[in-house]
Amino acid sequence: MPPETTTSAPAAAPNVIHNIGYRHYDGPRLGRAYARRSLFSQSVRGSYGLGRSAKSKVLPMLLFGVMSLTAGILVAVTMFTHAKSLPVEYTRFAIYLQAVIALYLAAQAPQSVSRDLRFKTVPLYFSRPIERSDYVAAKFAAMAGALFILTSVPLLILYAGALLAKLDFLDQTKGLAQGLVCVALLSLLFGGIGLVVSALTPRRGFGVAAVIAVLTVPYGAVSAIQGIAFVQGKEAAVGWLGLFSPVTLIDGVQSAFLGGTSSFPNGLAPSTAAGFVYLLVTLGVIAGCYALLSLRYRKAGL
Amino acid sequence: MSTTTPTARPAATTPPRATFFHPTVARLTYRALLGRRRALILFALPALLVIIAAAVRALSGADDATASGILGGFALATMVPLIGVIAGTGAIGPEIDDGSVVYLLSKPVSRQTIIFTKLLVAIGVTVVFSAVPVLIAGFVLNGNSQQIAVAYAVAAAVASLAYSALFLFFGTISRHAVVFGLVYALVWESFVGSLVPGARTLSIQQWALAVGQRVGAEGALSSSVQLPLAIGLLVAVTVVATWYAGHRLKSLTLAGEE
Repeated sequence: MPPETTTSAPAAAPNVIHNIGYRHYDGPRLGRAYARRSLFSQSVRGSYGLGRSAKSKVLPMLLFGVMSLTAGILVAVTMFTHAKSLPVEYTRFAIYLQAVIALYLAAQAPQSVSRDLRFKTVPLYFSRPIERSDYVAAKFAAMAGALFILTSVPLLILYAGALLAKLDFLDQTKGLAQGLVCVALLSLLFGGIGLVVSALTPRRGFGVAAVIAVLTVPYGAVSAIQGIAFVQGKEAAVGWLGLFSPVTLIDGVQSAFLGGTSSFPNGLAPSTAAGFVYLLVTLGVIAGCYALLSLRYRKAGL
Repeated sequence: MSTTTPTARPAATTPPRATFFHPTVARLTYRALLGRRRALILFALPALLVIIAAAVRALSGADDATASGILGGFALATMVPLIGVIAGTGAIGPEIDDGSVVYLLSKPVSRQTIIFTKLLVAIGVTVVFSAVPVLIAGFVLNGNSQQIAVAYAVAAAVASLAYSALFLFFGTISRHAVVFGLVYALVWESFVGSLVPGARTLSIQQWALAVGQRVGAEGALSSSVQLPLAIGLLVAVTVVATWYAGHRLKSLTLAGEE
């Protein structure tokens, strides 16, 4: 190679043998908060395939489309039948479409964390000025945020449709607010569970199956036992059994506090006291997931 | 692999397609499926089923309708497909995903043999982890009255066969095989099947129930598919999926990460 002349050779210090023109970075340092924000926004975008290949956009957009389309169809039905209320309560919409939400979570939560573990990029994150808690907080917030977008946009479509169909404004606004609280809780709960499960395995395919298993198997088991308990006439047991699966937890909270009817057998709702237990368990599980994630990233990938 | 005795035994005295089963491939697949923590989730599901069965028996005593509800509504509808997805796609998906399948494909083993061996292992794992617990849970629930335990165990075994073949096939065509498998098992069979009666004709669960119906006592199980049609479809799905999976493996392209 011919020797290249550096275009802007700074004044050579006397104790330097070769000066090949490296310079210091003198610009502003954006710091920890900026890195955390970037990780958050990149993770949310990644959950919808934005900034990734066309193939990885298909599934999240498809599931998002299914959610929105269902809301659109419900609005159309309301308009054409001149119904006095929406066919589905705001708080129950997410519970009806739990399979779609579970699939979305199962597809995106491992995408968000498993690949960092498998390709050992976690140490690269921690070589930036972020701490473990920042990584966990950003990923947790991003997953919950992505789920919130998935579940709240259909509610907004329902609300807009309800207003266009001239349903009662106050009623609908109250319903929407209750629905948003419900899906916010659901997003935090599901996001936390999904991330904890998928952070345990570096294999994406296995993470997908594990997340689905954790969400659907307890639900199937709880529903089956609730059905049996109801047939046996043990209605008190029906209310308490709901504590053992994520979906029925949210269902219990929304039927106890947010004015919905539950999907439990015969629409049984937990009593107010039981409702408080439901709420406590929900918040406890969310906090527990956060703690478990922090614990996991004390060692993971290093 | 070893560098010893290059003079011994001239190669290619046996034809390469002599067998459909390759023990080394089987061992590798078995270890990929049940190695380390992966076995835990596979043990957790059947254990949960048996615990639920025991709890229900303690709560409400032996009852045929209850047994049918748990075995049909939970075991056959949720647990068997889930284990089928894990075992079926897990038998080949991770290898394709991380690219190590090329080392397997570069060996002088027929691709059909590889698929067939992996299928056998997947079926074995699915049957052991789904049909056997269903049988145990059935006996715990009502002591096999009306042949319910045996009928559901047979249905679970038959379903394991078809699920393994189908999901192994998914594993060869897509990197998102697990998701597609779950969409089929949860959305199509459970959700669409409960709303649209016609969708039940195209559901492995219903085909397996048709077989179980024959085994169980009169009226113990019900399926929306006739038995001859169910058996025909089961065989067709299993054979076609296995053959096409082998065919796909012959022209496999390894894509980059996403």
